[in-house]
Amino acid sequence: MTSLPTPLPGAKKLGLVIDLDTCVGCHACAVNCKEWNASGHSAPLTDSNAYQADPFGVWFNRVHTYEAGEGQGSRTVHFPRSCLHCETPACVTVCPTGASYKRAEDGIVLVDPETCIGCQLCAWACAYGAREFDADDGVMKKCTLCIDRIYNENLPEPERVPACVSTCPASARHFGDFNDPASAVSRLVLERGGYDLMSEMGYQPTNKYLPPRKPAAPAAATPPAETGATSSLLRWLDRALSR
Amino acid sequence: MNSITPPNPAEPAINLSPAVADDVKFTTCYMCACRCGIKVHLKDGQIRYIQGNPNHPVNKGVLCGKGSAGIMQHYSPARLTKPLLRVGERGAGEFKEIEWDEALALATAWLGTVRATDPKKLAFFTGRDQSQSFTGWWAKQFGTPNFAAHGGFCSVNMAVGGLYSIGGSFWEFGEPDWEHAKYFLMLGVAEDHDSNPIKAGIAGLKQRGAKFVSVNPVKTGYSAVADEWIGIRPGTDGLFVLALVHELLRTDKIDLDYLVRYANAHWLVIRNPGAADDGLFARDEAGKPIAWDRATNAPADAATAGLNPAVIGEVTLPDGRRAIPVFHLMAERYLAPEYAPAAVADRCGVSAETIRRIAAEMAEIAFNQPLVLQQPWTDTAGRRHETMVGRPVAIHAMRGISAHSNGFHTCRALHVLQMLLGAIDTPGSWRYKSPYPRPIPPGPPPVGKNATPNKEMPGMALGFPQGPEHLLLDDDGTPCRIDKAFSWEAPISAHGLMHTVIANAHAGDPYKIDVLFMFMANMAWNSSMNPGDAMRQLTDKDEDGEYKIPKVIYSDAFFSETVPYADLILPDTTYLERWDAISVLDRPIGSSHGPADAIRQPVVPLDRDVRPFQDVLIDLGARLSLPGFVNEGGAAKFTSYADYLANHERTPGVGPLAGWRGPDGTSHGKGAANPDQLKRYVENECFWQFKLPPEQTYFKHANKAYLDTAHAMGMVGAANQIVFQLYSEHLQKFRLAAQGHGPVQPPERLRARIETYFDPLPIWYVPFEQAAIEQAAYPLHAITQRPMPMYHAWGSQNAWLRQIYTRNHLYMNRRMGTALGLVDDDWVWVTSRTGRLKCQIRLMEGVNHDTVWTWNAIGKRSGAWNLDAHANESEQGFLLNHVISEWLPAQKEQAQDQGGHRTANADPVTGQAAWYDLRIRVEKVAHGEEGQTAPHFSTLPRPPHMKPAARTLRYGEKT
Repeated sequence: MTSLPTPLPGAKKLGLVIDLDTCVGCHACAVNCKEWNASGHSAPLTDSNAYQADPFGVWFNRVHTYEAGEGQGSRTVHFPRSCLHCETPACVTVCPTGASYKRAEDGIVLVDPETCIGCQLCAWACAYGAREFDADDGVMKKCTLCIDRIYNENLPEPERVPACVSTCPASARHFGDFNDPASAVSRLVLERGGYDLMSEMGYQPTNKYLPPRKPAAPAAATPPAETGATSSLLRWLDRALSR
Repeated sequence: MNSITPPNPAEPAINLSPAVADDVKFTTCYMCACRCGIKVHLKDGQIRYIQGNPNHPVNKGVLCGKGSAGIMQHYSPARLTKPLLRVGERGAGEFKEIEWDEALALATAWLGTVRATDPKKLAFFTGRDQSQSFTGWWAKQFGTPNFAAHGGFCSVNMAVGGLYSIGGSFWEFGEPDWEHAKYFLMLGVAEDHDSNPIKAGIAGLKQRGAKFVSVNPVKTGYSAVADEWIGIRPGTDGLFVLALVHELLRTDKIDLDYLVRYANAHWLVIRNPGAADDGLFARDEAGKPIAWDRATNAPADAATAGLNPAVIGEVTLPDGRRAIPVFHLMAERYLAPEYAPAAVADRCGVSAETIRRIAAEMAEIAFNQPLVLQQPWTDTAGRRHETMVGRPVAIHAMRGISAHSNGFHTCRALHVLQMLLGAIDTPGSWRYKSPYPRPIPPGPPPVGKNATPNKEMPGMALGFPQGPEHLLLDDDGTPCRIDKAFSWEAPISAHGLMHTVIANAHAGDPYKIDVLFMFMANMAWNSSMNPGDAMRQLTDKDEDGEYKIPKVIYSDAFFSETVPYADLILPDTTYLERWDAISVLDRPIGSSHGPADAIRQPVVPLDRDVRPFQDVLIDLGARLSLPGFVNEGGAAKFTSYADYLANHERTPGVGPLAGWRGPDGTSHGKGAANPDQLKRYVENECFWQFKLPPEQTYFKHANKAYLDTAHAMGMVGAANQIVFQLYSEHLQKFRLAAQGHGPVQPPERLRARIETYFDPLPIWYVPFEQAAIEQAAYPLHAITQRPMPMYHAWGSQNAWLRQIYTRNHLYMNRRMGTALGLVDDDWVWVTSRTGRLKCQIRLMEGVNHDTVWTWNAIGKRSGAWNLDAHANESEQGFLLNHVISEWLPAQKEQAQDQGGHRTANADPVTGQAAWYDLRIRVEKVAHGEEGQTAPHFSTLPRPPHMKPAARTLRYGEKT
């Protein structure tokens, strides 16, 4: 079994904030992630039955759409799901070889393909279903928080964020250091009531979800219904206008 | 390796700064119609990564799911690789590969014969073509009137509704003021051409706390994040909007000063029932519309600055005729009880209380919370205004309005609503996108009469009729065009009627054609309203054993369902292998901030024997010696499409691209051709943008400085105010003809139809199909929408996107489903007046009670796109198109040879295909019928030398 690192002094806690208020379920994050990571740190992200029946491939980021509630009051929810880089990730502690590990300096949870034996215990342990087994390679893969982007000196500074954050057209994804109370992600969580997914499980996920904002209040009172004859045109007869 | 040693020695070493690319190239995405700037990273000869260009004005660095799947589209195993010539029966998919010389010689021979004998026997129709200013010009130079792209399916109601009302449109010629709007009403938008700007805009609105209301029968996508969802009944949006108009008038929440300053609210309309001038504008001797001046109690030029016009009351003109202000007619009509919220609520499926509240909310924001920018500007009358006062209510609408037979008037009703609120091109409201606003209508009439052998047409095929005299009719009244566009069947069909082309060509109605030439239009599948009939018509033979449509040439980059139905295939490249222009002559990428256009450049070398379609047209133009394509000596004028883009001038100084014109590249808008123009575009990341100074960014329809700029840049012919047409005299002219006036008369069978639907003020009517069927037999509305990551189908069939939407279901309201005894995944028959299909059902909450819907264009024909014969797309996927008819009820059987006429299932004004009018019933299949969707067509064989697609894809694998 694999132990978790002792946090280093000054270590970062990198992760994502995902805004369920503006996510329209467009899958831009999922596909751009696939595109970057297909040739990235864990390349390839194998696609099986790519042009046949029942295609399935390795995706680090998936968007689920479902309805909550009934009738007019029901809500259509678009829910992007990826590794939450938990503080106490069971996927790491369950790993028999140490292949699954949490980085000490930034908290990113990664898999070392050299030592992964493909036993898939981590996938069973992950409560969030965030692990992706590449059967063709026989190893487990997962969101790397784009570790080959966020520190990449070959990319312009503003692009050193995960691909999903960079591409999201609805600004529903934010990246940063949760250990820094002044970071944009820390402030968003504070201001918008960011929450842990299934906090009762105790894994202390780093990624936070922002709940839908309260709908904008009605802008005006509804005027009374008309009572009889329609309004007269005469009220505009002597209206002084200026072209 | 640029590895670092982790602080924790137990961790493996990781290369945190791997090289991303050997080369980075900029170009423009073509995975949908949004036209985002992209940055393509190339590594080891392969595409490593496609990202949004952070500097690009359209997408500002973001990229959607489709654009992000560009790699899979580019490397699709369904790419065609060489020209193909049909060797078996049409539709059987038997081809042989031929060389380009042979293919082009054959095409030249076929087309040359047509041109030398009767050029109109070429029907040249392109699909989601972004080079229409070029393809349209090619058709003109060829001499055929028969050209259009796919706008007749898509958006012509929005385009024409807007262009004839406000000189811009929701479609591509306008956008909400995302930065300032406080209230956003969106109608009938699932996904749109502006896909990334809409997502970014909605996110911004929500961040600012603006209210977002979505009117849509289905609560998905944008509607899912709206503050309020109004699950309206399909086809009733116009009624809903006119009830809002009723409320605003009733409660006197309208901007009358705005209406007389910027609209024709005060123009006088002649009242002379039965006479030829009834309903036309009263004009002075110079032909200028007049109003009644309350100061002098006499008529005056309606454009007089400072005029205090009467807006109510009939007056007697000096010549004794009676006339009445437009506003009077409008207010009288919409204050009538038939438009009261309580009167429309049941039909719309929206409560009267909700309608009244939405109207009150819009009025509150418009009039009690105006948005004032401290920005002086000067109007066309020369008056300086110290501030810009905005009515921050923005509206956007699209296909859910457009694809109904009442869509044109619904779109006009929306523009009337905007006018009443004073919410057109003001801070916070809807705004024009450059090059709009333009005069009403914006261009010359269509051209297409008297096609003559070996002669070009004197003008472009598509245009803007202003009255019956501009219709394209022969002397005996026969439509000039194969699609009957600009005939009495669809007088203002500014985008053509592609949906009738194959059926009309098959029937020889109004005449037989010889060559059907198509580009990027999947007419034997999801681009037809009724693909089964289209396939039959393309393969049908006459008594001599000849195909009724004798020759079919098709250009596509992929093995789509239409390939087997052509005789000659001219294989196209992908969007990453070509030069292209998002041209100012067509639909450029301009925004409310100013004009802009863009190009595509080849970012990867060609690896197979295919050619960009536009290069092929340049070549064919020269081979056919079309004017403009050859020099005086007969030699080819352009070596390539890229050469054309830089050097073609449509009128002196105006070419396909507006940036870096003039010999030294310092002119913008107008200027002589610049041979280095494309180089300059490439240096500027493949786009050009001109940012308007702040005083020119609002009130563009009446902003002197803006109109002067627009005129100098060639965007408008004159710097005159563009006056909104609340009342459309253009429509009235057609109506007068229907009442018997004028030399161009509609046929008797269409007279009443023209009189009814060319109402100069917006009307609402029950969609045609619904009005003609027995409601109880077809109780449900059926509509489709395109999922966001597959918006616009041409680039969506690839290995990644098909994992997101592999098949589709028919979605039904849970209460309706329960009443019908249906549960999730039940197999059902869907029956319409013309056919039936079999599919699986899913129940949901967020859909109008009487409506079913499905994702469009997920279903594929077995074998097409190089998918396995048993792929989910063909086993469980389906197209709703199979139960839609391109003809209206009761007329389908009256084919012309039986002396009857068939009328397109389309808007009577614009010819817009009414595919959202569909009505159906749903019944559980009989035991044993489950398992495969129907209709299920035979498996298409792969073209020669196309390899079966791989089963396992390891794209990006490190080698």
